[in-house]
Amino acid sequence: MSNQEKMSCERRRLIAATAAVGGVGALAAAVPFVSSMLPSERAKAAGAAVEADISKLEVGQMMTVEWRGKPVWILRRSPEMLESLAKVEGELSDPASERKQQPEYCKNATRSLKPEIMVAVGICTHLGCSPSSKFKQGAQEGMSADWKGGFLCPCHGSTFDLAGRVFKNKPAPDNLEVPPHRYLSDTRILIGEDTQGA
Amino acid sequence: MMANVVYEKYKSDGSFLGNLLEWVDARFPATSLWRAHLSEYYAPKNFNFWYYFGSLALLVLVIQIVTGIFLAMNYKPDASLNAYGVPVAFASVSYIMNDVSFGWLIRYMHSTGASAFFIVVYMHMFRGMLYGSYRKPRELIWIFGIMIFLCLMAEAFMGYLLPWGQMSYWGAQVIVNLFSAIPLIGDPLSVWVRGDFVIGDSTLNRFFALHIVAVPMVLIGLVVAHLLALHEIGSNNPDGVEIKKLKDGKGVPLDGIPFHPYYTVKDIVGVAVFLMIFFGVVCFAPEGGGFFLEYNNFFQADSMKTPPHIAPVWYFTPFYSMLRAMVWDFFWLDAKFWGVVAMGGGVVILGLLPWLDRAPVKSIRYRGSIFKTLLVIFVISFLILGFLGTKGPEYTFFGVSWLPGTVIAQIFTVYYFLFFLTMPWWSRIDACKPEPERLTWK
Amino acid sequence: MRTLKFLLAALILAPSVVLAAEGAHLDRAPDRSGNNAALQNGAKLFVNYCLSCHGASAIRYNRLTEIGLKPEQIEQNLMFAAEKIGDPMAVAIHPAEAKKWFGVTPPDLSLVTRARASESGSGADWVYTYLRSFYRDAERQTGWNNHVFANVGMPHILFNLQESLSAAEYDEQVGDLVGFLTWLAEPEAEFRKRLGVGIFLFLIALFVVSYALKKEYWKDVH
Repeated sequence: MSNQEKMSCERRRLIAATAAVGGVGALAAAVPFVSSMLPSERAKAAGAAVEADISKLEVGQMMTVEWRGKPVWILRRSPEMLESLAKVEGELSDPASERKQQPEYCKNATRSLKPEIMVAVGICTHLGCSPSSKFKQGAQEGMSADWKGGFLCPCHGSTFDLAGRVFKNKPAPDNLEVPPHRYLSDTRILIGEDTQGA
Repeated sequence: MMANVVYEKYKSDGSFLGNLLEWVDARFPATSLWRAHLSEYYAPKNFNFWYYFGSLALLVLVIQIVTGIFLAMNYKPDASLNAYGVPVAFASVSYIMNDVSFGWLIRYMHSTGASAFFIVVYMHMFRGMLYGSYRKPRELIWIFGIMIFLCLMAEAFMGYLLPWGQMSYWGAQVIVNLFSAIPLIGDPLSVWVRGDFVIGDSTLNRFFALHIVAVPMVLIGLVVAHLLALHEIGSNNPDGVEIKKLKDGKGVPLDGIPFHPYYTVKDIVGVAVFLMIFFGVVCFAPEGGGFFLEYNNFFQADSMKTPPHIAPVWYFTPFYSMLRAMVWDFFWLDAKFWGVVAMGGGVVILGLLPWLDRAPVKSIRYRGSIFKTLLVIFVISFLILGFLGTKGPEYTFFGVSWLPGTVIAQIFTVYYFLFFLTMPWWSRIDACKPEPERLTWK
Repeated sequence: MRTLKFLLAALILAPSVVLAAEGAHLDRAPDRSGNNAALQNGAKLFVNYCLSCHGASAIRYNRLTEIGLKPEQIEQNLMFAAEKIGDPMAVAIHPAEAKKWFGVTPPDLSLVTRARASESGSGADWVYTYLRSFYRDAERQTGWNNHVFANVGMPHILFNLQESLSAAEYDEQVGDLVGFLTWLAEPEAEFRKRLGVGIFLFLIALFVVSYALKKEYWKDVH
């Protein structure tokens, strides 16, 4: 009887050992299959940083570049536009950009590296539509009379100011995302990459 | 037999897992499936080396399905040229190899798996021939097996078109043209199979659909049928003894042991050894010396240029040799037709084995010298036919003109068919030893 | 049992007995795997001499970091036909245009060292011998012919290089170029072999424990 108990103990140990080695093997075998579903080299190449030339961008004008299949807006704000940012602060849901919607270096009053240049991903943080620009003040573009200029999402009516900050009591929860970017020169911006070699 | 057994339902020990199992078992035959097919499925205890290949075939099927699913996520069945002048399908294979993380490993596993499947299945079938596993009452197991083999051939053939290389293209061209050998309906049939007048984008798309959806579903169904039929009758063994004949008081076969745990733990050892060879090929020789991945298939398909030498992948070559061996017109039908008949007949005749073999015993251990001699020649002729199929029609052995490959192939093709067709006669007169009552073991 | 063993032996040995080498003689290409300096030189030669007509569209420029090049080096010295480092190494000339000019489309070379393999030697051997086998032929429009690839459409593009070097130096340069093409055809080849060793060690462990487990169970079977 004791002999049999000893045997079953040995057996249990061997089952555990085989199951352990087999389990490690199964986990390791899952690695290539799971990682094959990550973005491929092609997707990474398509998602690589893009360069934008802003030398021809006039004051008050906005251009759009494509980065990772998404529109990235570059807006050269006029002094009046910049003034409007402070005026609307009371109506915003996150005026000081506390939430992580921008790189650390854009956590400032204008949400930008250079005050007059706004760079933001033109995708509404609600459900992913692309807002349209409503830069003119007042009711001219179908907005309310006290509109100070900004963006309106056509899908569910969320509104953003000229720094991409969302207004209170709108469906969109967060400010527009500011992508990582840096200036290669005064007129060339690299979008998607902030430090060398990253 | 098995169907008569009523298994008790699982009783919980009060733990959460136990309660869950009891809940499931009351609604689903979990316990009875487990016991009927594993823990109380009794297998003869004298399985030898040849008996590993059944479970290995199942393993390779799983490898092929899993790797196939992940390949299908990135492969594109599209024959049009991309901006760089490379067919999209061919480029998508390169994309898998170079751009998808670990895509190369998944692709090599799938391509090596195709060859491994045939190696394992040929060994498994040969085991059946050695021990008479096709004999009554296992005819249907064997028939399901031959149908699985046919499905595998279809899978391999259609899958081989997908990389859209030169061999993919011209191999498919040749094989689809075989249909045109059928009298009267041949030509319209081959056009219908292609969906075009040459192998083209429509062919590629339909082969993809058949390769990844239709045939695998049939294949899985057949594997289930193969196993159900096997478990109904019980396994054969190297002694050819029917183990369900002799049982103890509780109805347990005297010469049987439960499949689980005895054969599950044994098969794990087989799996470990098999995977060493499998990954040895995947990691150190993925081209298999040009047999598993043909060199010419690294050229993109070109409908204007036939490669100098077209050979099918190795697992088709014995039957391909039979096709080429037929060079005579019989009756009012031409040699091309008879070639197709030989090729198809070479596979189909295997399915008739249960009725061709009239020997009083099953296993080679108790069969006479006629069977042993003819079987050895049969294996040699099958191997030589396979070898010749990889060579061009002008091949001569050792470069000497009086050993032309075509004539040798003809001789062995005739032998292949005579082996089966004369079996009812020689299997009966062969001097056999009596089969034992019980297994001879250790 | 003797019969079985014989059959098994026949299964394994039969193909090798009858195999005999055939086809043209090819020189053996030197092995450049893991030799980054040679591969980088090969990359330079490829970009300067081949890439204007032949693409290697299965490979992206940024993969060249795997043979020890820095992204800036690739961008400044090797990227003449592309804008982004993530772009494929494609030809600048459109394939349809090329066909109009040369009569044939110069083939994509991504996989040439694998496709050209045969019983005579590896694909690298073929390319290595081919690039060293051009000879003058007045019959041909290009003025060149080749011992390995008869009536080839391509002129002897490396002629100037061959002229300026000794035979041994030229062989070295071609060796580097072919080494690069071999790397290009399967950049994962070295990792594949390392992974194979790892898998093998794991499987030995699995074999040892599962064999012990099997022995443990089977001692019950009498």
